[in-house]
This record gives sequence, structure tokens and C-alpha cells, in this order.
Amino acid sequence: MTKRLMRGSHVLGEAAVRAGCRFYFGYPITPQNEVPEYMSARLLEVGGTFVQAESEVASINMVMGASMAGARVMTTSSSPGISLKQEGISYLAGLELPAVIANMMRGGPGLGNIAPAQGDYFQATRGGGHGDYRCIVLAPASCQELCDLTFRAFDLADKYRNPVMILGDGMMGQMMEPVEFPEAIDPASLPVKDWILTGAAGRPQRTILSLLLDPKVLEAHNYKLTRKYDAITRAEQDWETYLCEDARLVVVAFGTAARIAKGAIKRVREMGIKVGLFRPKTLWPFPYQPLGELARATRHLLAFEMNSGQMVEDVRLAAEGQGEVHFYGRPGGVIPTPDEVAHQISHYYYGAGLDQAAAVARRA
Amino acid sequence: MTLKSVFAGFGGQGVLMMGYLLALTSMRRGKNVTYLPAYGAEVRGGTANCTVVVSDEEIASPVASNPDIAVVMNNPSLMKFSNLVRSGGTLLVNSSLVETKIGRADLNVVPVPVSDLAHELGEDRSANVVMMGAFVAVTGLLDLDAFKEALAETNLGKKPKVLELNRKALEVGAAAARRALGKE
Repeated sequence: MTKRLMRGSHVLGEAAVRAGCRFYFGYPITPQNEVPEYMSARLLEVGGTFVQAESEVASINMVMGASMAGARVMTTSSSPGISLKQEGISYLAGLELPAVIANMMRGGPGLGNIAPAQGDYFQATRGGGHGDYRCIVLAPASCQELCDLTFRAFDLADKYRNPVMILGDGMMGQMMEPVEFPEAIDPASLPVKDWILTGAAGRPQRTILSLLLDPKVLEAHNYKLTRKYDAITRAEQDWETYLCEDARLVVVAFGTAARIAKGAIKRVREMGIKVGLFRPKTLWPFPYQPLGELARATRHLLAFEMNSGQMVEDVRLAAEGQGEVHFYGRPGGVIPTPDEVAHQISHYYYGAGLDQAAAVARRA
Repeated sequence: MTLKSVFAGFGGQGVLMMGYLLALTSMRRGKNVTYLPAYGAEVRGGTANCTVVVSDEEIASPVASNPDIAVVMNNPSLMKFSNLVRSGGTLLVNSSLVETKIGRADLNVVPVPVSDLAHELGEDRSANVVMMGAFVAVTGLLDLDAFKEALAETNLGKKPKVLELNRKALEVGAAAARRALGKE
């Protein structure tokens, strides 16, 4: 298969179409306008539907409708636009409707700026909208992974009847890398969903609703969702480790920040600093257990994020007090350099005496 | 082999296209590549830049702390990027538009008057492709033929006449850079 050099936003669009997505509803916002641009042309070629809605709120409700009718459907936006979609995402979760939502994060809060940032980690992993629910959150770190995780997002959404969020950032959307796309899936070949609303002629009536006025009925629904979230947590955690075998310090980072951290780690490894990288690919469910094992083995974790400290809370939960968790971040859309992160690593490494064999031996 | 390059100039000079051509050509020749454009509220006539990393290994960071080479198409970019290039690195300068007095002695400065050369070719807009020819000669990254082939896949080679002109522009740029390096 030949490689194609494409920007992240276009990769996302192409991967969605190949994964069987035939409906896209969105509203423009920088830095992800290339997604609707791409989808507006591409969906036409495969007989799909593209609607530039009148607002983000309208677009997420269109997603809801297409999902109820059984389609693979996607919407994309960037931070302020994703905030506007939160009510709809809560409804998707409550109604147990599959949908893929991509957030190419930009600097915030408020209107912020259009530079890449990771300030929506809490919003993505803690719900964002109201009520007791979870979104599956996938964090790609390269254009190829963006392609692969887009396929997985549609599969997970259908498998669990749950909204799935792809959490990228402006850099991931604008960056170009070579990508090999898997063969396209024919939407007609996908399993028929036995719960969708397609007209009740000749079969019993179906209803999909999230208004459950009787607290006991809603409680039962909430527990049903909880059991589903537990099943997702057990089955779907994904992560990457890099040079962790002999590491005395492990950097924890996701998405774009993980790429920058990898550059920093390569740099300091040449100086003999024994540092590795733990990169969660699923932010929810967060891979607490494997990171916890690393925390117990190394006792020193450094969370690095392009925000002022959000994922670091999950890192602390994973460590369960077994070792020290430090944080370095650049909020506001500043793109940190590998050199800058390398300085943070070496500062912490030598400061904690991790170059001293005795200190490491004492730990064991 | 890993080469980290930054291309910078006015919006409209084809700065992003230079980076794209480098990334595409390198990919076609089996290299790993990342292409990262600086984006923002960019306007025609404002400044534009992109970072391209080409490597035989997996590329860790698409962000370059200290690039090996900066390709500078205008004066504002010179100020911004001459300080970033690593010690011993290269500054490839469009000497038609850019002052070549550089305050660093640890850089290999290569002045090539690409805007003038493009004008002589009869197409001012080909200055970026002339510069890419110089880039190939200076870095020794791949060969001119690889770039000539890749041109056909871009907007620089959609029409046969434009493709022919741009292939010529690559040669003109490479020859000028070899002269500047004293190799001819």
C-alpha cells in the first residue's frame, strides 16, 4: 500500500470515511477547519451527507439523529466548540448512542487562542456535560495513529453504544506525516443494529429516550451504564512504553506532548540519563494499573502536559502514593521544545540523585 | 541520518510549499518525515514558516529545538531563525532580499540570490523552487532527480509547462549554491 503525506485533519476525515462514516455534521472553528473542508468533498464521492450546521449545538443534535437511525456519524470541533456540544454529548451517553467526536484542542479558557494546547483533558475524561457518564477518550500522537484510532473509535462506539472522543490538538490537526490507510469498510457490511429507529412497520415499536422520571428507573439505568463503563475499563485500556526497562525516572505524557517528550528523552539518554516514557493512548479508561507498576518500580514520575496540570491527577491516582509525582507544563498554546523538556528532566533527575547508584539501590 | 530544517519567509513566497516538497520527496525515497507548519492568524505578506524533519529512524518530535538548517527567504525570518540554528548548522539565505551580515561566526552561511534567479528564469514565483535546488546542493539530502520526480505530484507540476519550468528552477538553484560553496 502506498503512503500518503497528509495533514492530521485530512487523515481524520479520510479514516472516518474508510471506517464507514457517511454522516458528518459540524460548524467551523480554527484549528480544525480542514476536517469539514475535507469531508464536504469526500462524503460527496461516497454518497454520504455533509451538513455545515448553523451552530455547534445544532450539529451535535444532528449527530444524535443520525446515530438513532443507525449510521456511523462524526462531528469535529475545537475547544470552545466542544464546550457547546457538551449537552448533546451527555444526551448521547444517556441514550447510549454511538458517535465519534474529535476535539482538536486550542488554548483556553474562553475564546483563548488558536494554538495547540491540552487544556481540555478534564472536560474530555470527566464527562464535560452533566450527569453520571463517561466518554471513551483516545489520544493519538502521530498521523498514522490518528488514522488507526479513528477506525477504533467507530468500532468502540458501536460495540459499547457510547460516544467516543478523539482528543488531538491544533498541532496534530496541522501536522503532516506519511499515512497508510486500511481498506475501506462498506457500511452495508456492518452488523445491523437491533435498537435503531427505522420505522416500526412489521415489527414491535422501539423507543430511545433519556427522560426517566422515576428515580428507581433512572438508578437502574445508571447502574447499567456503570456496568458498561466497568467492562470498558477492563477491556479497552491502551498505552505505549518507551525505554522504561532500565528507567529511574518515567515521563508521563499524551498526544503531542508525548512526541516532544520522546525527543527530550532521546536527547538526555545520550547523556546517560536513564529515563523512559509512559504514554496513555486511552485517557479514559486511564491505564492506572500499568502506570502504577512503573511507579512502584521507579518511584519517580514526571507528568508533562501542554496545560497547567490535569492528567497529573490521574498519574497521582495511578501511583497511589508509591513514589513522587512531579509536573511540568506549558499552558496557553505555547509549544514547548524537546530541549526545554530535556532541561526539566535532567534538573529533576540530578536533583533527586537518580544518577547515584546508591540512591537507586536504597530504593530497592 | 536525521535532518531538521526550518523554512521561513513572507506568506506568498511558497515557504510552506518548500517544506511540503521536501517532506514528500523524502517520503517517496523511503525516509521518515514530519512536516509542521506554523499556523495562526496568517495573512498574505505576513511571515510564514514550517519545520520539516527527515530521518532514517522513527522521528520522536516534529518540533525542532535547534534545527540543522534554516532556509530564510526574508529579513524578518533571518532575525527570528538565525539564533535558533544549532552551532555548526547552516543558514541558507535568499540574498536577493536578505542582508547576509550574520552576527554568528559558528554558522555556515550560504547566500543564494534566488529571487533574482527566478526573475531571470522569467517566473518570479519560482524563487522557492530555486531555493529548493540550492537546499539539495547544500545538504546533500537525496538527489535532484528525486525532487524533480516529486514535483509532478504537487501543484508545482500539475501542468507540463510549469513542471518543466520548476525542474529547470531546481537546477538553477543547485548550480548557484554550488558556486556559493566554491564547488564550481
